Order: sequence, then structure tokens, then C-alpha cells
Amino acid sequence: MKSMRTPMARVRGLGSAKDGTAHWWAQRLSALALIPLTVWFVASVIAMAGADHAAMTAWVSSPVVAGLLVLLVVATFYHGYLGLQVVVEDYVHHEGAKFATIIALKALAIVLGLAGTLSVLTILFRG
Amino acid sequence: MVEFALPRNSKIQQGKTWPAPEGAKRPRTFKVYRWDPDSGENPRVDSYTVDLDDCGPMVLDALIKIKNEVDSTLTFRRSCREGVCGSCAFNVNGRNTLACTTYIEETDGEVKVYPLPHMEVVKDLVPDLNQAYTQYSSIEPWLKTKSPAPERERLQSPEERAKLDGLWECILCFCCTTACPSYWWNGERYLGPAVLLQAYRWIADTRDEYTGERLDNLEDPFRLYRCHTIMNCTRTCPKGLNPAKAIAEIKKLMVERRT
Repeated sequence: MKSMRTPMARVRGLGSAKDGTAHWWAQRLSALALIPLTVWFVASVIAMAGADHAAMTAWVSSPVVAGLLVLLVVATFYHGYLGLQVVVEDYVHHEGAKFATIIALKALAIVLGLAGTLSVLTILFRG
Repeated sequence: MVEFALPRNSKIQQGKTWPAPEGAKRPRTFKVYRWDPDSGENPRVDSYTVDLDDCGPMVLDALIKIKNEVDSTLTFRRSCREGVCGSCAFNVNGRNTLACTTYIEETDGEVKVYPLPHMEVVKDLVPDLNQAYTQYSSIEPWLKTKSPAPERERLQSPEERAKLDGLWECILCFCCTTACPSYWWNGERYLGPAVLLQAYRWIADTRDEYTGERLDNLEDPFRLYRCHTIMNCTRTCPKGLNPAKAIAEIKKLMVERRT
């Protein structure tokens, strides 16, 4: 049945969420951070092509390298989550499915980000 | 709502063909979307061939000629025929534009004329713009002040007035809004480029005293932040305006007021 609400009631809806700016800004800043981090990471890996396991772990064991790697991992999964959330909000219109997908994506990003971070820290502290 | 295929009752069928007039020297075919809500039939595309030697230069001239001389049942909106009223906005050869400012000579091959995309159709080329107009009214497009009305005009320096250039020229034809995929998928909540450009027109107005409230009203993941800078709006605007830039300016102010 067609809704009998006025067009204005539908347009005003639940009102403004007074939110979204932090999300949008975080997406831009994480994108900016990823540019130098990704360039550095790719260049480093290319420079170490053919290195053995010992050389790789020695490289990661440097506090500066480990710190940058943690930043790269965190920024990647944070930025990825923010972007995927927008995609889901754009295309999934069933409220329940939208909620579940967004929470699942967030959990996945946290688990993968944590796994990456702990891997770097493990090498840093145990060599 | 995302739809990957047209609903069954929107599938377009073969339409009628009206031949070129006798002895036409420069025939040109117009493929026009037709749908009559009373017939119960699916939409169809009718084909009309017009002699350009016996027709005005614009796409709107051809539509008016068809309605006057060939098929009076063809329904479309038009008024000023000079690009200031925004009534004759259609999708012409895949691009939203005003029929009255589009030269037939500048289009290629058969001229396909469809209603503005992804809006409910009232009849033929007439879209239902109720939601878009209501969204426009929801941003309160008039000067709002706290201080009492002055005895004389509200003053504005030439520099302050210049901030409105590129905004006041908008004629609300909704070519941009109906070209925006974000509006197609989330039009019930996303305000769309035309309304956001108009919202910025009042935010940028130095005489207005409700800038903060206006920003409050827009600060929403759906009302404003469904804009993903796709830029279809700017690409299609028949007045050469830049709604995407106006939206970017709003986003900048959102950050500015919290940093």
C-alpha cells in the first residue's frame, strides 16, 4: 500500500544524524597516510628481493621499521573498513542485512589488523 | 534502491513509427519515450521523422513540432524555451540536458529523448519531481536572520556578492540530481547535487545568519555524505555550473567548524 505520509514527513525523516564528518575526514587522512607508507613498503620489499629469512626478520626488528609496518597495517585496515562501510550503506537497503554486514566487516578489519600488528611485534620482540 | 534490471512493467516495447513528411530534404529521426498510465501498457519508444528544413534549430522545437503537427498525445513540460525555467529537462542521447538549449545539429544520428533517469514517470517525458522539490523546500531556501529587519536593504560588498556567482544561476531543472548514481540508489535520504548546491547558495550568502543551523541540518551520513565526487552532476549541468564543488565547499566547512 502506498504510504499516506506527506512528502515533507518522508524527506525530513528521522532528522539529521549530526554525524558523518569524522568518518569522511578519517577516510581522507588515512588515504593520505597510506600514500607514503605504501610507497615506502613496496620500495623496501623490492630492495630486499632475494633476501633470506634472517635478513627479513632483522629488517623488521628495527623499531623504526616495525613502527612504520604497524602504522601501515592499521591504516590499511582502517581505511579499508571505512570504504567498505560506505559501499554497504550505498547498496544494501535491508536494514538488518546492512547492520550485520557492517558489523561483520568491522570485526574482520579488527581481527586482520590485530593479526598483522601482532605479527610485526612478535618479530620485533622475539626476532 | 539498487535495481539491476527494469521491473517487468517498465520494459520498453517497440513503438509506433511516423514517417518523414513528403519531400523532406533533411529528415531526422527522433526516438521518444512514451508511457501512458491509463493504458496499462508497458512504455514504448515512438519514432518520429522531422524535416529539419521545416523546424526550429533546437530539440525542443522538434518536440513542439511533433506535438503540434504529428502526434498531439505526446506529453512533456516546457515553458520559457530559452534555458531559464528548467522545465524541458530530458535525457537526450544519454545525457541530461535542456531540450531548449540543445541544437539538433550538435547531436549525432537518431535523437533519443527519454525522461530524466530514475524518477517515477507521470506520463511520457514528465517525471515526478515531488521528492526533489520537497527536499529543496527542506533546506529552507530563503534568507534567514536573527537580527531584526533593517530599515533599508541588507548590505553586501561586491566581494561578498561574488561568492554567490556559480550558485544563483541554478534553475532547478534537476538534470544533475537525476544523473547522480548516489541519488538513484539513496534518493529518499541523499539530498542530491541540485539541492546541496542550493543549500550552499544560502550558506555562502553573507547576509544569512543561520549558517550553523544550515550546516547542522546537512551534517548527516546520507543527506550530505552520499556524495562520492562521481562528478556526473558537473558534467551534465546545462547551465555549466559545478554542484560537485559546492558540495565540496560544504564538506570543508563541516571540517572547519570542528577544527
